[in-house]
Amino acid sequence: MGNKQTIFTDEQLDAYQDCTFFTRKEILRLHGRYHELAPHLVPMDYTNDPDVKIPLALIVNMPELKENPFRNRIVESFSEDGEGNLSFNDFVDMFSVLSEMAPRELKAIYAFKIYDFNTDNFICKEDLEKTLNKLTREELTPEEVNLVCEKAIEEADLDGDNKLSFADFENMISKAPDFLRYL
Amino acid sequence: MCVCVCVCVRARVRGSQPASQPEPAQARRLVPGGASLSEAPPGTLEGKRVRRRDDGHIPPLPPKKSRFPARPQPSAHMDLDSVFYTHQHGLPSNPLLDQLPSYQSLLYRRKSSSASSTKRRSSMRGRFGSTSSWRWKGEKLEERPRSPQLNRPVHELTLSIEEKRRNKEQRMEQDKDLSSWKQWRLNTHRHLKRLKEDGMEVLSALQLWRGDIHVIEGMFGTGILSYFSFLRFLVLLNFVIFLLMFGFVMLPIIAVPYASGNSTFKVHDDAECSDYPSTSRQGLVVFHQYILDLLSGTGFLEKTYLFYGYYKVEAVHFPKFKYNLPLAYVLVTIAYLFLSLIWIVKRSAAGFKQNLIQDEDRFQSFCNKIFAGWDFCITDENAARLKRSSLLYELKTDLEEERIKQKIAGRTRKEKCRIYLLRLVLNLFVVTVLAACFYSIYKATVLSQESQLTDCNFIVKLIVEYLPSIVITLANFITPLMFTLIIQFEDYSPAFEIRFTLMRCVFMRLASIGVLLFSLWSQIAKCEDGNCSCGYNHKLYPCWESRVGQEMYKLMIFDFIIIGAVTIFVEFPRKIIVTYCDCGLAKWLGQQEFAIPQNVLEIVYGQTICWIGTFYCPLLPAISTIKYFIVFYIKKMTLVNNCRPATRPFRASSSNFFFLGVLLIGLALACVPIIVSIAQISCSKACGPFVNYATSWEVVPKTISQLPEELRSFLMALSSEAFAISLFVITCLAMFYVIALAGAHKAVVNQLREQLAVEGRDKRFLIQKLVQAQRKTMRSLSSTTMQDRHRPLYHGAENSSSEGLFTQLPPVSASSV
Repeated sequence: MGNKQTIFTDEQLDAYQDCTFFTRKEILRLHGRYHELAPHLVPMDYTNDPDVKIPLALIVNMPELKENPFRNRIVESFSEDGEGNLSFNDFVDMFSVLSEMAPRELKAIYAFKIYDFNTDNFICKEDLEKTLNKLTREELTPEEVNLVCEKAIEEADLDGDNKLSFADFENMISKAPDFLRYL
Repeated sequence: MCVCVCVCVRARVRGSQPASQPEPAQARRLVPGGASLSEAPPGTLEGKRVRRRDDGHIPPLPPKKSRFPARPQPSAHMDLDSVFYTHQHGLPSNPLLDQLPSYQSLLYRRKSSSASSTKRRSSMRGRFGSTSSWRWKGEKLEERPRSPQLNRPVHELTLSIEEKRRNKEQRMEQDKDLSSWKQWRLNTHRHLKRLKEDGMEVLSALQLWRGDIHVIEGMFGTGILSYFSFLRFLVLLNFVIFLLMFGFVMLPIIAVPYASGNSTFKVHDDAECSDYPSTSRQGLVVFHQYILDLLSGTGFLEKTYLFYGYYKVEAVHFPKFKYNLPLAYVLVTIAYLFLSLIWIVKRSAAGFKQNLIQDEDRFQSFCNKIFAGWDFCITDENAARLKRSSLLYELKTDLEEERIKQKIAGRTRKEKCRIYLLRLVLNLFVVTVLAACFYSIYKATVLSQESQLTDCNFIVKLIVEYLPSIVITLANFITPLMFTLIIQFEDYSPAFEIRFTLMRCVFMRLASIGVLLFSLWSQIAKCEDGNCSCGYNHKLYPCWESRVGQEMYKLMIFDFIIIGAVTIFVEFPRKIIVTYCDCGLAKWLGQQEFAIPQNVLEIVYGQTICWIGTFYCPLLPAISTIKYFIVFYIKKMTLVNNCRPATRPFRASSSNFFFLGVLLIGLALACVPIIVSIAQISCSKACGPFVNYATSWEVVPKTISQLPEELRSFLMALSSEAFAISLFVITCLAMFYVIALAGAHKAVVNQLREQLAVEGRDKRFLIQKLVQAQRKTMRSLSSTTMQDRHRPLYHGAENSSSEGLFTQLPPVSASSV
């Protein structure tokens, strides 16, 4: 292209373009946002792949994530160590999956990870209760929460183990009309 | 083989199961021969089985008798289930599972056909469990078979970016081995893809109002976003209709002096009917007369491009060809109706599919709300708070609906009779109200038409001109309030209440236009001595199409004025009162909510007027485009400044379909007057392109009769009864076939579901057995080295505290496998 930018090499940008759903401009913009989060930590020059990770606390304060009740889980699901510290690669990956160009199946996998609070590869009733409480900020009574969780499991659980495995989740998500629009 | 498998609990194997199990409330019956139960697994209530992969709990095999054994399974199968446990970070503890074909099948899935985005591809996905472990442990990919992944683009894999890069480099390495032709093809493919992505970026930047709509989406969520994108769609639709009209009807006439053509028109023989008195004001004209003319399309506006009457052209002769303007006029009318239909249907196709799925599975609503309820695009704190409260409201409504359903199911006969009677009475009341409204519209139109000739002062004249519009607007303001009040007594479920009220409002809005047209036509066709010599009242309405066009023009202008006036005079003061005044009135009013259904009805009403009116007023689409353009900014301004989002949420998924559905109803309604007036009503002899034809449609048969022989006979065959009937029969057959196909598919889906459950059960049993056998072998090997006691295999019901692995089941279950 016309502009000379010195943040990434051309190969790096190419690789990013292939590995995510973003264009060059968007990747550069993302790098700008990443840099803004911790200017002293993040170098402007990424040509030699520095190993820099931004902690969870800084990332969840981004305006895009600030109001999201699942922000902690989102960031944790995309981090390598499971603690929420994102390198730039993880950062770009996260936004790539959350962008509107990512296909439904990809989003479904990560959505499952996000809603699986105890990371046991199942969404059990406790996970559901936590999800619901985060969604409604605990404004439902415990009986209502219980009832709603039970109904949700009843709707989606195909194999009868009272938990949602990924297969159950994906089957249910494929029928959920709002999933693509909202996620 | 009678396999006795004995249940033993205690040892929670390997301690790595972090999820706690909910205690089922029911008492558990022990499997005979089983030991005590310390924990309760989630019960297999219906005998449905787990599929594939690592999951934590596998209830033991249910007894064969019923597919849905009532009893939950004892928990003691912890040990057995241990074959399926995963480590904390998701690493499967059993390499056997990795090799199962079904796990391998997770690597690629069936191609899903999602039509919404061009970038959606067929699916992908690495195996979930192993992916997570690999992500967190950074292992390499090479162990997985490569072939299924070759077809999938790199960016759709669920791996971290380093792994995707490695994957891509591997692929590039492999590509180097291909022939140069294939390499060239791959390279071109890549370049084209890049080019396409850049092109899409440019195109999307050109999209109208993209930035504004993004801001609205962020502040108010996707429900209101769908309203504004609907408005944008209407602007585009109207602009395209205007281009059609302009290109085929106006441009030839405008181009006549420049293209050295000349237009001809034949004067009709009957001098009486073709007398079109001049409408320009003579003599000294007061200034406000011009304003009146501008607002009602009379006077200097009447004989302009604006109205039908100006196009008194039979044919335009250009040097090379002859342009048949009347034919073009009729065909363009039909064309724009068709175009609107196709465009709307195409837009609503995606929403319709979703709606169909959603309606079928009404039990999905809870899951949908929990997992897909939060709008990830919200960035504003207030919007987040509102989304939360709307989700809360939705959940509570759903719980309420459950309760009401139970209540309805428990109604006695007497109560049912009472409810039905009440509903009947209220519906009759609604019908009376509607009839009263329609009658008042009729009267207002008649009055307006009759009083236009008298001379009054300016304001009164204006009111008289706009009387039908005023009455329609008033009726459409009062009736929704009445409907919302009435529906509360009819005792429907909340969701149905909303829908039914909406239906009634839609009907009221759109039918009022029909009533207006009907009353107008009854005036036009009413002559003094009963029999109209020209087919219409030529004394009062020498050019009745222009008069109808004027009414449509007035409706449109008034609609626009009302939208602006309501915003300025109602919503802004309300905002000021609520913000600055702390009185009871402010509390009672509350801040304005952006009520999506009412706003949508408003713009659909405007669009219906545009569709009907374009035939009589060819410039109406242009006016409509400008009107909707301005309305966008008005609505955006009022939304941002005055409104808070509705506490009653309007589902974004179904809203798109709702908007387009209402628009389709409007289109259908708009087609009726146009078809009637083209085909039935005799056109005026004094103006317009159809001076020499009895009806507007007549131009088509006359043109066909002048076509060459083969074409004529082909077109005649198309319009013959034989063709129409056979087309109808074929369409019916196709429809029945498709319906039958859908029913068959549903049955197949249910069957497959059951089959899956059974298969899963089988597989589970086999895996358990296999793993036990493995463990036995390993243990016996290690025990020989460590000189432990031998354990007998497969015999008896040995319950050891740490390692009991056998479950006793009644023999009948063994035969189930």
